[in-house]
Amino acid sequence: MERKIVLKAHDLTRKVSSPEGELTIVDAVSLQIAAGESVALVGASGAGKSTLLAMLAGLDLPTSGQVWLDGRELSALGEDARARLRADRVGFVFQAFHLVPSLTALENVMLPLELTGRADARDTARAILTRVGLDGRAGHYPRQLSGGEQQRVALARASVTRPAVLFADEPTGNLDTATGESICQLLFDLNREFHTTLVLVTHDTHLAARCGRILTMSAGRLLG
Amino acid sequence: MTDKRAAVLLGLRSLAREWRSGDLAVLFLALFVAVAALTGVGFLVDRIDRAMQLTASEVLGADLRLSSPTAIGDRYEAEAAKHALRHARVTSTLSVVLRGDATQLTNVQVVTAGYPLRGTVRVADRAFGAPMPASGVPAAGEVWPDSRLLSALGAQVGDVITVGAAPLRVARVLISRPDQGSGFVDLAPSLLMNEADLAATQLIQPGSRAQYAALFAGNRGDVQVFARWLESHKAVAERLRDIAEASPEVGRATARATRFLSMASLAGVLLCAVAIAMTARRYVQRHLDLAALLKTLGGTRASVLCVCLTQLICIAVVATVAGSAAGFLAQLALLSVLGDLITTELPSPGLMPLLLGFAAALLLLIGFALPPMLRLARVPAMRVLRRDIGPPPLGAMLAFGPALAAVALLVVKVTGDTGTALGFVIGLGIATLALTLMALALVAAVARLRGRLGVAWRYGAANLARRRAESVVQIVALGLGLSALLLLTILRGNLIDDWRARLPQDAPNYFFVNIAPQDRADFRAMIEADGGRVARMLPMIRGRMVSINGQPVAGRHFADRRGEAFANREQNLTWAADIGTDNRITSGHWFTSAEAGQPLISVAKDMQDSMQLKLGDRLGFDIAGETIDVVISSFREVHWDSMQPNFFLMFAPGLLDRATGTWMGSANYRPTNTTAIATLVRRFPSVSIFDMDDLLSQVRSIIDKAVLAVQGVFIFTLLAGVVVLLAAVQVTRDERRYESAMLRTLGATRRTVIGGVLLEFLLIGALAGIMAAAAASTGSYFVSTRLLDLPFRPEPLLWLGGALGGAALVCIAGYLATRSALLQPPMATLRQG
Repeated sequence: MERKIVLKAHDLTRKVSSPEGELTIVDAVSLQIAAGESVALVGASGAGKSTLLAMLAGLDLPTSGQVWLDGRELSALGEDARARLRADRVGFVFQAFHLVPSLTALENVMLPLELTGRADARDTARAILTRVGLDGRAGHYPRQLSGGEQQRVALARASVTRPAVLFADEPTGNLDTATGESICQLLFDLNREFHTTLVLVTHDTHLAARCGRILTMSAGRLLG
Repeated sequence: MTDKRAAVLLGLRSLAREWRSGDLAVLFLALFVAVAALTGVGFLVDRIDRAMQLTASEVLGADLRLSSPTAIGDRYEAEAAKHALRHARVTSTLSVVLRGDATQLTNVQVVTAGYPLRGTVRVADRAFGAPMPASGVPAAGEVWPDSRLLSALGAQVGDVITVGAAPLRVARVLISRPDQGSGFVDLAPSLLMNEADLAATQLIQPGSRAQYAALFAGNRGDVQVFARWLESHKAVAERLRDIAEASPEVGRATARATRFLSMASLAGVLLCAVAIAMTARRYVQRHLDLAALLKTLGGTRASVLCVCLTQLICIAVVATVAGSAAGFLAQLALLSVLGDLITTELPSPGLMPLLLGFAAALLLLIGFALPPMLRLARVPAMRVLRRDIGPPPLGAMLAFGPALAAVALLVVKVTGDTGTALGFVIGLGIATLALTLMALALVAAVARLRGRLGVAWRYGAANLARRRAESVVQIVALGLGLSALLLLTILRGNLIDDWRARLPQDAPNYFFVNIAPQDRADFRAMIEADGGRVARMLPMIRGRMVSINGQPVAGRHFADRRGEAFANREQNLTWAADIGTDNRITSGHWFTSAEAGQPLISVAKDMQDSMQLKLGDRLGFDIAGETIDVVISSFREVHWDSMQPNFFLMFAPGLLDRATGTWMGSANYRPTNTTAIATLVRRFPSVSIFDMDDLLSQVRSIIDKAVLAVQGVFIFTLLAGVVVLLAAVQVTRDERRYESAMLRTLGATRRTVIGGVLLEFLLIGALAGIMAAAAASTGSYFVSTRLLDLPFRPEPLLWLGGALGGAALVCIAGYLATRSALLQPPMATLRQG
């Protein structure tokens, strides 16, 4: 059975102006990612991986070309409509964790649920915190958690809405090898459990190798 | 809707942490001080204004005084009662009072119960005895003659004297009446008696010459309504006088004091606004990541804004309640210091100041905090991946429009005058622009120096140049803050000096009227022999103005009631070769020696304005049946409160030498023994002696208390200045902490790091101080001359004071505020990021 295409980009280009003139960061990229797939975006620094990820997730708009996320063309949506689509269908994990420092681990995980108005936010968040092994840390603030624990909370927060696509930008970049490995394991486990599509940007060849598909970028273009 | 609820919850949950970070604490402090200054000063100004009005009312013995040459009776009393006003009547007539063979022409004051409605009658047990406040008025069958009358009659308390046809018993000795100082017409000794005895005295017969007065007093609003009614219903011959007319100098001092107090509170509020804008800016900087994250997680722009607004509203509510409470307590404390200046009939505080405080807090937040917050809502979600991406800048209208509107609204509310408000806003705008341009130029100049300096100096100068935008914001904000403080310091000094200069400790305290020309030298010698210092003696004759440029004044229309009064009453006239220190020529020139004997006259500016006179106008006077025509050669501004003899009309010397007049003078005189005045009265029985000590101490007490109030309110402004300083230092605290950690990691010593930071603060403070001195000098010129009617005095030391004071203040505050951040172990800082 052919799987549903959850993410599609066509002729995606992103240019920025700089003192040296106009720079092309992403150059005519087209791709399709099916539901449940795991895809690694690899390439040297400055290859345009993060910019492509941002456009695929609707965080940034292309200079030209289109992106369809879960069947909806992102360029046709306003900023707030894209935000709502992200709230419903997208999860994020970042290299720098990006937890809200004023909220506890539990409250950080509850946040996306609350943004979509889920009445069971607290119970659902607590359940997934338990799933990532942090039930004992629910009341702790980010500064009271180690780097690995913070990334677990971030993973829980990204997965708690059962997103259609989970984007991860260097999820193990700030962690030591052992901790990175355990986070990596958790990421793929959750991906499998929740049937999420995973798109991750990484320099880590070991992590990339665990994905179903590897897309390599160079000078803004997809190779191969 | 749901995402907004989540945003509100997030805002509430984050409050405690935000508070600890210091941003919200400074914001709270700024709002708190602003609300406290507005509500506290609002209360205080209102109460001081009323108290001063009450004190000024004492000159009239009432809030309103209606005088008439014919009996007024009780025809206005019913209407006054409708407005809940108290009322009393005074009838004055001249009559001979007898005791045995002794007689004395006496000014008989017949009063009803309740007199005086304002102020106090003072009495003593014997002639020239120690005064004490009287309760009520003389009972029927009793009189209170003054000391001079008792001396002239050789009577004492308990004796019976005859007033008209009625024998009345002397119960007390009249020392002073509150309304006795309103002119020098009471040349005869006076006596106070009850209206119940008036018929028995048979003093008032058809055709008798008497002056009638109806007195009214009560709540200010009611008085104003009644005054308007009375103005339209009174007879033509009846003259209505209120506080402003009775004592224009006290009115002017009150207006000036309240204007200064309002300006001080306004300056405090604007300083707080600067602090709020700076804190909001830092709040936005610190929340860019959170805003981007919220958007990434699905939050809309509205929900991002909701997080901030929730926190702002919480802070605003708490700051308003606490600020209003502090304002109320502060004015209570000031009131207790002001003591008996604040008397009765003050309204109890209502909810209005609280509402005004909240409205002001909201206005400040909308004007100064909301525009930067709007930027926060516009931060791109992409920032989660690239931290160098910030929100797009706001348009100029959105960035500055709300702030300007908020300032304009506040200024209009506080000054109550659109013209002043407009001037204030334009002045503020020009000052901000000028400060910004100067700050940019100075930062650029400092940056050029850095290559020639040591490590710490280079680091400090480089910091200034690298953080150019932040440095300029800091310098402008501190410059504005210091400007307001310096401006108020100058104005406060000028105001207080001006008040005190008007009434020095050696101001004359005695007035002598009706001195016969042949007695003048002996009289002066006798005062001076007892240690008195005679200030000035001037001749005085009575005359009436009959024509202006050949046209009769009778029936002529004048701009105001005062003009009519000048035209229709007999005037005191004088002549002199010297102008006197308390007179200043405003146009024309004072009489030269060559002009002695010429038909020239100098007119007081008050009279010029009320009668619309101009230089060269020809005035005709009837003096003792002879008509004299004179030309106006100058106009003078007269300090009527100098306690020296002064006249609206002064003729050129030599012109009226042949006229038969008397002399008047004033002296600073402390009699060496209690019988000295009685001896003076016996030696010169025709001379009327006025002891002005009571009035002097009354006016001094008003001034002292106004000074105290001005100092008290200044504290609010100082507090606001401290808040600006805190906000300015707070703005770059995080960045400094990170930089110092980096430098120390690279091997810089603590001394180098602290030295660099101190130098940066020193430069910021000195630059802000110099610019503030420039702005304050310019501002004080306009405010002094245009708003407060004060002479402008340049302050050359201001520049030095501004630069040194600014540098020292910013350095100390900056060091104390950043010390912990600078000394934190580098690893801890770098870990936190």
